[in-house]
Amino acid sequence: MAIQSPSLDLTAGAGTGVRLTPVAITRGYWQSVARRLRRDPVTLVCGVVLLLVVASALAAPWLGLSDPYKTSMIRRLYPIGSPNFLLGTDELGRDMFSRLIYGGRLSLFMGVTPVVLALLIGGFLGITAGFLGGRVNMLIMRIMDVFYAFPSVLLAISLSGAMGAGAENTLLALTLVFIPPICRVSESVTTQVRGFDFVEAARASGAGTLTIVRVHVLGNVLGPILVYATSLISVAIILAAGLSFLGLGVKPPEPEWGLMLNTLRQAIYVNPVLAALPGVMIFITSICFNLMSDGLRAAMDVKA
Amino acid sequence: MDSVLSVDRGGPAQPLLLAKNLRKHFPIPGGLLGRATRVVRAVDDLTLSVAKGETLGVVGESGCGKSTVARLLMRLIKPDRGTMILDGDPVDEPHGITVNELRRHVQMVFQDSYASLNPRLTIVETLAFAPKAHGLPHAEARGRSRDLLAKVGLEPDTFADRYPHELSGGQRQRVNIARALALRPRLVILDEAVSALDKSVEAQVLNMLVDLKDEFGLTYVFISHDLNVVQYLSDRVLVMYLGKIVEIGDVEAIYGKPQHPYTRALLSARPTMDPRRRTQEAPIQGDPPNPIDPPSGCRFRTRCPFAESVCAGTEPVLADTGKQSVACLMYVPGSGHSKAA
Ligand SMILES: Nc1ncnc2c1ncn2[C@@H]1O[C@H](COP(=O)(O)OP(=O)(O)O)[C@@H](O)[C@H]1O
Ligand code: SF4
Ligand SMILES: [Mg+2]
Repeated sequence: MAIQSPSLDLTAGAGTGVRLTPVAITRGYWQSVARRLRRDPVTLVCGVVLLLVVASALAAPWLGLSDPYKTSMIRRLYPIGSPNFLLGTDELGRDMFSRLIYGGRLSLFMGVTPVVLALLIGGFLGITAGFLGGRVNMLIMRIMDVFYAFPSVLLAISLSGAMGAGAENTLLALTLVFIPPICRVSESVTTQVRGFDFVEAARASGAGTLTIVRVHVLGNVLGPILVYATSLISVAIILAAGLSFLGLGVKPPEPEWGLMLNTLRQAIYVNPVLAALPGVMIFITSICFNLMSDGLRAAMDVKA
Repeated sequence: MDSVLSVDRGGPAQPLLLAKNLRKHFPIPGGLLGRATRVVRAVDDLTLSVAKGETLGVVGESGCGKSTVARLLMRLIKPDRGTMILDGDPVDEPHGITVNELRRHVQMVFQDSYASLNPRLTIVETLAFAPKAHGLPHAEARGRSRDLLAKVGLEPDTFADRYPHELSGGQRQRVNIARALALRPRLVILDEAVSALDKSVEAQVLNMLVDLKDEFGLTYVFISHDLNVVQYLSDRVLVMYLGKIVEIGDVEAIYGKPQHPYTRALLSARPTMDPRRRTQEAPIQGDPPNPIDPPSGCRFRTRCPFAESVCAGTEPVLADTGKQSVACLMYVPGSGHSKAA
């Protein structure tokens, strides 16, 4: 057997030297996801509805709505469709339409913020546990299991109760509630991706751990983790509203859907439809987040 | 980025890679407090050498530890014990080379062409990853990747910016081979690299492997359960059974005059078109025993037609029988086996 010199130069024979590739028009992964999404009417409708809710909540001060805090003893519990009060007035005579739009600000904020915070913390912990495995994994996941043992509603209520009412404490409590499930999902997808041969091949190339995580792991786990987090937003909105309803969250007179549902309780026999309106907003928003999460999951599930 | 190691150092006679007494036992969790009480003896005290420029074929039934050997040789998993020497340099020892340096010189191609490619990266990104991780500038790494694509028969302009799911299995495996070559290794371990391909595609890729070996002066460790392919490609062949080498030798000796009962059974069981090659050997019986509790003495004794009581008590070691080395008591004079001299 002839022994050849193993000093190779793969670029030597290329002649033209280094050629830079133009940024080609590729049928990339995200493009195919977008194409699938465009063909999914349910997800599209949910996206549009959410966009409307979020945009109107953000733009509320500039929409020329009446003051959501202005009470009036004369015009209490006007029915839906009253002149000047499209959706009637609440038990203190405040404009329901204005309060529902303004209410989205707090309700959405209270729903999205804890999930985002939990995503950062739980995602980091989960990906670390999943990629490193072994004792680190054991330590992180056993701690998560302790929290996981409680139903999220109970955990949120007891944490809020222990820390006292208020928006900040609600945010903190909900963040703590969502860290374990996000950590768990992150850990399991990362463990799965870590087992793929391409990660093994990357390790075989001698690349550092951080480089491998950045190039080969994150791109494959962030999608599923984000989809899962989106589905949690609906839970967070309901939990935040529930805490407010129980008097553990936002304090009156802030417009917030859960709190509005609580204060309108007394009006349930007078004007049940009106009293249900904040609940309808909670329902629509959370179901849209949920359906959109499902749609995203389906669209991102591209197999060869 | 080429270190001094790229150059042949010990001369042609010095083995490129020497592995001594490699052992890997995988703990099985489940004992008290998750503590492993039992182990899978995937690889047990395995010693082998790979000569410069040769192709060493590795055969054996599924689960006998072939992939574990590959991962050990690349140090993707840490051996429980054993040493490795790359062209005279001990690996992971005070005066030797680091595991990372070893990985520069030893690369691997996996069986599953799809799972071995990151679905989120284009082909050129996949190929440029390792050179970039080793400090090659972005443009240069991409240039080298495109040249590599051409070397494995894929037109760079067509394939560089594609994603793995847009390629056929054969094309993907060519990419995997190109990736293994991106760091200009000296030894390439091919772990069932062509086993998942269609027969016609397999032949093309095999021929390409032969060409690449000549062009780049490579050494191959070729792992496969396909005895015909191993025969076609290998200079030497190693037969494994339950984590141990049972027979090793030149391809002519192993295929022409197999000595270990397991090798003989394997070869007689393979499909052949040639009636003259059909031997009278009894085909192998049943499934291999559980590697958690391998049989005492000779691990093959539960399926060996020549097993005698002595085989349960004495573990045969590899012994030179002239053209090959065999681990069977029948070839150990005075072992107590009735067929021994
Ligand atoms: N990471 C692991 N953990 C536990 N057992 C393993 C692991 N990898 C392999 N094994 C076991 O080791 C044995 C050898 O496996 P492997 O090397 O993959 O065999 P082959 O490649 O020859 O089919 C098998 O019994 C397998 O179940
Ligand atoms: S040592 Fe005994 S059992 Fe093992 S292969 Fe030889 S004859 Fe068979
Ligand atoms: Mg294998």
